[in-house]
Amino acid sequence: MKIFASPQRLFVNGASVWAPRMPGWEKARAILSGREAPPEAAAARPAPQLLPPNERRRAPDSVAVALESALAACHGAQLEPSSLGCVFGSTHGDLAITDYMCTTLAATPLQVSPTRFHNSVHNAAAGYWTIGAQCTRPYTAISAGPHTFGAGLLETCAQALSSAENILFVAYDIDARGPLAAVAPSRGLLSVALIVGPQAGPHVLGSFDIGLVAQEDFEPSRAQPANAALVAGNASASGLPFMEALALGGEHRVQCLAGPGLGLVIDLHPPV
Amino acid sequence: MQPTCITAYTATCAAGAGREALLGALRAGRGGLRANDFGREPLATWIGRVTGVEDTPLPASLSNYLSRNNRLAWLGVQQDGFHEAVLAARARYGAERVALVLGTSTACIGATEEAYSRLTPAGEFPEDLRHREVHTPNSTAEFMQRVLGLRNLAVTVGTACSSSAKAFAQGARLLELGIADAVVVGGVDSLCGSVLFGFNSLELISREPCRPFDVARNGINIGEAAAFALLERAGDGPRLAGFGESSDAHHMSAPHPAGRGARIAMTEALARAGLAAQDVGYVNLHGTATPRNDEIEAQVVAEMFPAATHASSTKGWTGHTLGAAGALEAVITLLSLESGLMPGTLNSRQFDAACGPQIRLAGASGMAVHAMSNSFGFGGSNCVLLFSARDAT
Repeated sequence: MKIFASPQRLFVNGASVWAPRMPGWEKARAILSGREAPPEAAAARPAPQLLPPNERRRAPDSVAVALESALAACHGAQLEPSSLGCVFGSTHGDLAITDYMCTTLAATPLQVSPTRFHNSVHNAAAGYWTIGAQCTRPYTAISAGPHTFGAGLLETCAQALSSAENILFVAYDIDARGPLAAVAPSRGLLSVALIVGPQAGPHVLGSFDIGLVAQEDFEPSRAQPANAALVAGNASASGLPFMEALALGGEHRVQCLAGPGLGLVIDLHPPV
Repeated sequence: MQPTCITAYTATCAAGAGREALLGALRAGRGGLRANDFGREPLATWIGRVTGVEDTPLPASLSNYLSRNNRLAWLGVQQDGFHEAVLAARARYGAERVALVLGTSTACIGATEEAYSRLTPAGEFPEDLRHREVHTPNSTAEFMQRVLGLRNLAVTVGTACSSSAKAFAQGARLLELGIADAVVVGGVDSLCGSVLFGFNSLELISREPCRPFDVARNGINIGEAAAFALLERAGDGPRLAGFGESSDAHHMSAPHPAGRGARIAMTEALARAGLAAQDVGYVNLHGTATPRNDEIEAQVVAEMFPAATHASSTKGWTGHTLGAAGALEAVITLLSLESGLMPGTLNSRQFDAACGPQIRLAGASGMAVHAMSNSFGFGGSNCVLLFSARDAT
């Protein structure tokens, strides 16, 4: 059953991906579109330039990987990071900090690190982003479990339509650690970023119409197996088929879940 | 914005389960805080604990969701006929037209903490806690979606102490764009080690009952709550007239010293509602009782509002319910509009010099037409909600 269709076309005005074997948009675009083979060696964890130098290495993995793609998308779009409202989505948040917090609470609760505690909030990446960017525009930080990419993209489109402005969307997840990994699995680092707006920007990558359907047997699109293998097991990997279509360019229908039995249908078109 | 109608609402917190109990406690000045009795080695502090959460059973088919947070959500949704109101909306619009947006900061992390304290000799979770359903931030939204039988979006907002205020803003957008015809919004946060020992590590916990805006205030009391509202485009009830969201862009755990983000959020809420500050009869403040929050919030309120505005913090009744505070205090603000009770500030004795005449120790009677609720969170996330009485023009 059709629930919703976007009242107007939206534009992807910037994008990026960061994964150890897809470090940054230009590389990811070449790999996802099949023009280039992925590098043999994994790239080192990014050190986001938006943070002060002394915080770049100390930042939690989730913050580092989210901010890297967010900044790359802004650069590609030639948009000031301070000018964008944003939606940050992560299935699990920072699983390494969750593992640390729970381990410490079980043994020596009075020794919880205050920095790790304030970094444990689901909006840590969004908080560091707005601080680094000096952005006073609103952000949100969401989770919709395994459907976070779809739910986040829908909220991004809703905000772009409602505000008639560009909105930055970042979806990211990191490695699970410790005993928690058995029940909250996620592997590797991955972030994808999109800048979505109601008008085409100077570096527009594509335009799209979205629809939302309630359908129990809704089949999400799959990325090419070789591409999917690059982010296999990451809880945000459901964002990859859309990024692959964007990298290929042209006309594509991409389907992804925004919830159980709730499908987002994205008809991607060339920029104009 | 198009006003959004609130056709049902409810709250369960330390000061009472359901609207009548909560309003009675607010009226009588009867707080719900108690000396901390939570966990194995309780910190010396006071907490806002909801009685009976641990004895609340979940529906048998959803036993994999068993956790304090989901028990509290289930307890909360039973109050004030809220569950029935959602089922009626589902019957009216269809399950695929009713969305759910839930704010939380703790989610079910208490269950994950417990699993870590009872690891098997092989270092694995104990069998009774080996369920994917609880160890993830979206657990309670997923649980609520299943318990209510909804098929539209079910999403968690996790922006620390502004989470469930922002759920109202997101819900209003879903209605505005026609993505849903009704949205269950709310917040559920529950007591757990992470927040008690985490805020303790930041030296933000008070050893006494918290005293918002008091000259001698020395920190928060952690509380827990489940609070919900049903948003529709039209219907009988008070209205969400506006909301304002902003970022401090200053510090992860300290507010901007000039209250930059707080001011933007309040100004935007007024602008979106088409109202001026003098139209607002009551302001439910964030008022956590930390030295910095209260000083800065008091200054912004003193600059923005006339002396006649009645403003207060109700955290002396409930504790700081973190991710649920936005929704809980939205309910208190709605109760104020509907009952004519404008609460005072419990436990406080002498206000900080930063407080203007707006911030009141004593409660008062008066039918406000418009009322505001402030929520400010870690990571500099601010959200202000503005409500109007059902007969407001």
